[in-house]
Amino acid sequence: MELIVQGIIKAFELIISFDPEVLGITWLSLKISGTATFISLLIGVSTGTAVALTNFRGKKLVISLINTGMGLPPVVVGLFVTIMIWRNGPLGFLEILYTPYAMIVAQAIIATPIVMGISLAAIQNLSPNLRLQILSLGAGSLQMVWVLIKEAKLPLLAAVMAGFGGVISEVGASIMVGGNIKGYSRVLTTATVMETGKGNFDIAIALGIILLILAFLVNFLLTQIQQRQQAR
Amino acid sequence: MTEKSIIEVKNLIVQRGKVTVLDIRELSVGQGRSLSLIGPNGAGKSTLLLTLAGLLPLNKGLLLFAGKPVNDRTSLAMLRRNAAVVFQEPLLLNDTVYNNVALGLKFRHVSSGEISRSVDEVLNYFGITHLVKRSAKTLSGGEAKRVSLARAFAIKPRLILLDESFNALDPPSREAIISDLQNILEQTKITAVLALHDREDTLRLAQDVAVMSAGKIAQYGTTAQVFNHPDNEFVANFVGTESILEGIVKTVSPDGMVMVAIDGKIVEAVGRFCAGQKVYCCMRPENVTISNNIQGKISARNVFDARVNKMIRQGFLYKLILDCGFPLVAYITPPSCEDLGLKEGVRVMASFKATAVHLMKREK
Repeated sequence: MELIVQGIIKAFELIISFDPEVLGITWLSLKISGTATFISLLIGVSTGTAVALTNFRGKKLVISLINTGMGLPPVVVGLFVTIMIWRNGPLGFLEILYTPYAMIVAQAIIATPIVMGISLAAIQNLSPNLRLQILSLGAGSLQMVWVLIKEAKLPLLAAVMAGFGGVISEVGASIMVGGNIKGYSRVLTTATVMETGKGNFDIAIALGIILLILAFLVNFLLTQIQQRQQAR
Repeated sequence: MTEKSIIEVKNLIVQRGKVTVLDIRELSVGQGRSLSLIGPNGAGKSTLLLTLAGLLPLNKGLLLFAGKPVNDRTSLAMLRRNAAVVFQEPLLLNDTVYNNVALGLKFRHVSSGEISRSVDEVLNYFGITHLVKRSAKTLSGGEAKRVSLARAFAIKPRLILLDESFNALDPPSREAIISDLQNILEQTKITAVLALHDREDTLRLAQDVAVMSAGKIAQYGTTAQVFNHPDNEFVANFVGTESILEGIVKTVSPDGMVMVAIDGKIVEAVGRFCAGQKVYCCMRPENVTISNNIQGKISARNVFDARVNKMIRQGFLYKLILDCGFPLVAYITPPSCEDLGLKEGVRVMASFKATAVHLMKREK
């Protein structure tokens, strides 16, 4: 119990003193996971919408695969990305193993199916006649898709939250492809793992609390946007 | 229909999966006409509307808009830009009423000043100017219906396609909306195809009617033609000719009077039939007059002594099931009912003109 109290005190010390190392780690976590979420949004929303709106052979199989992807284990992604970008791997020439770029790639792979699956469900959940209604008012295909995405913005924002929440808290892939290099690829989760391993529980707890606060702030912001839309 | 046709289909086949849901040889709606599609659920009314709007692919046949075939992207875009569909559900976006009504105009990249003018005008038409800033999700059913109608009319379409959409509303809002729609259709002379459930709505909103059954058009004509002279038993049943009786033509006079025997009684009708022919006799309940036993004052050719078997309250009217030796249905207003002292079991005189009897050939 004392350990936790100490950890909490330490956390506030670190936060209030603007410890440069902790600040750097926090900022890097935000950058990497933010970028990965953004990439996953571009791919996930567009692909999810496309799958939702088109009919093709094997659509159910594709949807099942996407839904399975929503639960992709980060270590499996980490392993896969590591193999791909290993010095002798197919993408080894990129030389991004143990860099933040590799972490962005891995996290984007984790977040994309989550965003895709929720987008797909969100668009499918709209009344099928809404699409015809929009077309009948003279919309072109792009205009129609844009209106549908706007109409589904509530669940789409939930997709952003789920995607971001998935990657900011992820540790397996980040440690495997990022290497937890101090001041370069060390993020909140990998640092927490390391400090716990070293027995520095107070710092580990502090990092954990910062991670929670960060996740809370981002989700709070998104929820504000989401609920403002709702209340109008 | 001599007017220039706005929307037309020829030898149309539409299939869903392997099932043929529409099979229409020919249908054409002239400029400024208003056509009501009626028929039981699943008859293909909604599918036909979507097809006419260019929103469903045809499996076979031809769709023509303003005389030109709709067969490529340009002509399809042309049709979609000029036709507006109002679905059963309001399908409003989660946005303000203004933005919902402006939607079609925004798709057309109309200037914002122009949009504002058009939206004001059409909101005024439907009496919903006060809702302009409201969120569409907070509207009542009647208000939402009005907004969806306003949205369709805002683009000034040449063709409006309206799916039966008043059923979910409470009677006063329903009445008000239909009355407004009636005015707007009359004023704007917009060509309209309406899938309606109700015969009365059809009489108010449409000049023409097509009765649909299992994807086919069973009869198409003006409301008077179809309602008063149904081609077959299905149409007769559906358009609400309450009394359809089997009879046999006994004699035909040179001036066209036809005497039909029904259950031993003789009904006089008008038409071209020959003696011995099997016929259906159709009598619409609103054409039957009920009176007390004062004979000699009735000019109608068919006068029967009848017993009131049943009185059913139906909206503002009573529906009487009479026994004149054959069953007959009549409508009567509650005050007349009181004046005549009607109740079940009472005897009255039922009369109807020979011209009010519609005869149809009967095969079996």
